[in-house]
Amino acid sequence: MSIMTEQSLPFGYELGEDHALLRDNIREFARTVVAPGAIERDVKGEFPADIVRQLGEMGYMGICFPEEYGGSGMDALASAIVVEELSWADASVGVINSVQNSLVIDPILKFASDEQKQAWLPKMATGQWLNCFSLSEHGSGSDAGAMKCRAELKGDEWHINGTKMWVTNGAEADAILLFVRTEPGDKRNSTCILVEKTTPGLTVGKHEDKLGIRGSSTVELIFENCRVPAWNTVGQRGQGLKIGLTAIDGGRLGIAAQAVGIAQAALDRSVSYALERKQFGKPIADFQAIQWKIADMAVRIAASRALLYKGCWLKGLNKHSLHIPAMAKLFAAETASFCANQAIQIFGGMGYCREGEVERYLRDAKITEIYEGTSEMQRMTIGETLSHDPARVAATEK
Amino acid sequence: MNFELPEDYVAIRDVTRAFAAEQIAPRARKWDDEKWIPTDLFKEMGRVGILGVSFPDEYGGAGLGLLGMTVVVEEIARWCGASALFIAAHSGLCSTHIRLAANDEQKRHWLPKLATGDAIGAWCLSEPHCGTDAEALTTRAEQNSKGWVLNGAKFWITNALRADVFVVTARTKGAERGARTISAFLVEKNTPGLILGEPEDKMGMRGSDTVPVNFENCQIPAENLCGELHHGYIDALRVLDRGRCTIGALSVGLARGCLEEAVKYSAERHSMGVPLNRHQAIQFKLADMETQIEAARLLVRQAAVTHDAGRPDKELSSIAKLFASEMASRVGWDSIQIHGGAGYTKDVCVERLVRDNKLCEIGEGSSEVQRMLIARAEYARQSA
Repeated sequence: MSIMTEQSLPFGYELGEDHALLRDNIREFARTVVAPGAIERDVKGEFPADIVRQLGEMGYMGICFPEEYGGSGMDALASAIVVEELSWADASVGVINSVQNSLVIDPILKFASDEQKQAWLPKMATGQWLNCFSLSEHGSGSDAGAMKCRAELKGDEWHINGTKMWVTNGAEADAILLFVRTEPGDKRNSTCILVEKTTPGLTVGKHEDKLGIRGSSTVELIFENCRVPAWNTVGQRGQGLKIGLTAIDGGRLGIAAQAVGIAQAALDRSVSYALERKQFGKPIADFQAIQWKIADMAVRIAASRALLYKGCWLKGLNKHSLHIPAMAKLFAAETASFCANQAIQIFGGMGYCREGEVERYLRDAKITEIYEGTSEMQRMTIGETLSHDPARVAATEK
Repeated sequence: MNFELPEDYVAIRDVTRAFAAEQIAPRARKWDDEKWIPTDLFKEMGRVGILGVSFPDEYGGAGLGLLGMTVVVEEIARWCGASALFIAAHSGLCSTHIRLAANDEQKRHWLPKLATGDAIGAWCLSEPHCGTDAEALTTRAEQNSKGWVLNGAKFWITNALRADVFVVTARTKGAERGARTISAFLVEKNTPGLILGEPEDKMGMRGSDTVPVNFENCQIPAENLCGELHHGYIDALRVLDRGRCTIGALSVGLARGCLEEAVKYSAERHSMGVPLNRHQAIQFKLADMETQIEAARLLVRQAAVTHDAGRPDKELSSIAKLFASEMASRVGWDSIQIHGGAGYTKDVCVERLVRDNKLCEIGEGSSEVQRMLIARAEYARQSA
């Protein structure tokens, strides 16, 4: 059989040289700088300000956009690799990065005007502006169209009133990609507006005390006659929900990457522990009971990463797909919870203690099944689109 | 990075898909009932280029490697696991062993015929007392003036009733165990001393013949040694590493069949005034089925490509086979559940596909062996 060269491979998702190098670099940073303080930040609920600053300096807070706007000019796969490696060390850092890139910068690239991009993106690229994305409300999560927070256009200013919930990065963010109701009716009723944090009339409300990702903030944002220039409108008036949902579609890959990172950490830690820990006179790694868990973790992680990479490949080619990113996020999120839970079991008593660190993986993993579209919403998306396009099961290139 | 099959792969996929829909779909149930697929079907597969997809051009193949094999096996398995298992044994095991290990003359003699289906191949490794632990095999080959004499019993041999050539592993050196004490031989049908037993009556894969093959003072010429002396088991393991991708693809095809049927049925069948697929209980099952099939297919193809590229990823091959075969069972049972009473009958092909798939969790390395191998690889990765 002839040996095929890398270039001539007819199929495959091995990382090429550039991406492998990027992975090595961010991995080094994640393991030496991010990992050491992860437990402490989790216990204290402390935002990793210094790490975020360094990520900005290294260009990781603006990965996927052209250098003309100050970005790093990389692609969706690069973004996923960064989030995965950061999440391996600390899932809170992973999501801070994912929100910055996938939920805010991506929709700005897609829907904002050139003037807006020039005004905003360079600040985001360096991390000078930390971003957050604000869509959910007390009464509207998965059903985002039911939002109540309103903006009225008076002259050339929006007057915003209402309360937003569960805003990741919201406490520290400098820029808020906000979705508010601007029109009557049930459809096409909202608009996307970029709001600077310093705008009068905007205050940070309640800080959520959370199960996991405790190093990232999750807050209420309260708008009381908050006035924002109409110039800050992103995309068309009334197009807000479309922009928001498009962003979340893209964000799924970021969360899938976060989940893969958590799962891989759980596996790696389990393998080390199993090789070291001795019972009945031999390493517990020698017992099939442990080997089975290790194998099942490795299998699900491999499957998750395959789906994630396919999603990134599609996004990189601007091929629109709803179902592949949904599959990636759904499968990876459930894999992260599975692996974290298995890791605790392998660690035994130590796994149940904070010191062992793997219990944090399970708490962190849980959020990946909830935010940026719950597992239930992913299954709906996959199931519904499949019913409309049954042929796709056989035509596998989509 | 590329997730799109190139044109030549798509072309053979489409040919195979049409072949399966026309030649296999209408008859698969009958073959399952009768426990026999007519050999003409496989000859026809050879003629249209399905059997030789992975063979190099010089031996009459399409040169599309193991990746090509996974593509065609999925298409055939979508309608009939037993038909796909024929390819797995004929092209995947027997022919691959010859291609990897045999000398030029043997290759020139057998591969062109195997590619076109003019000759049919079987591969004999398992024995009544050793399946997973094949290194403990007891069939022996003793050298004499006329070549080699084989004695022993092989078990669960796919295609044996119709095979023209058997690749047979036998111990050629003293010890009871040992990887480097086993050699492989080519044995032609009708060789005196090659005795076929009664075919097994199986749960699934019923159209495929599974037969005990006994060797009683079976004399073969010296030139029928296939590969280096004492290297037969090592070669067999290389064949099996590849075979894992083939079996993974087989499971992907079976699962796809189960999903396609479920999608169709859930759109047509109504309950409580709406199609089944409007109910989340059904929709969520469909979503899980498709997600797992997609992931399994990616793993299988990626694993196959590493073999074609000459740097086989054995762990990934195990991962692909384990995930795909267990996935297909889950998907299959869910499909039966979605079909309700209809799924429990033979009018819907799903129950057959599920029965077929159970073999994929057992054959060519059981799920248990795959888990052992994967865990070992993970330990080694960490220790490295």
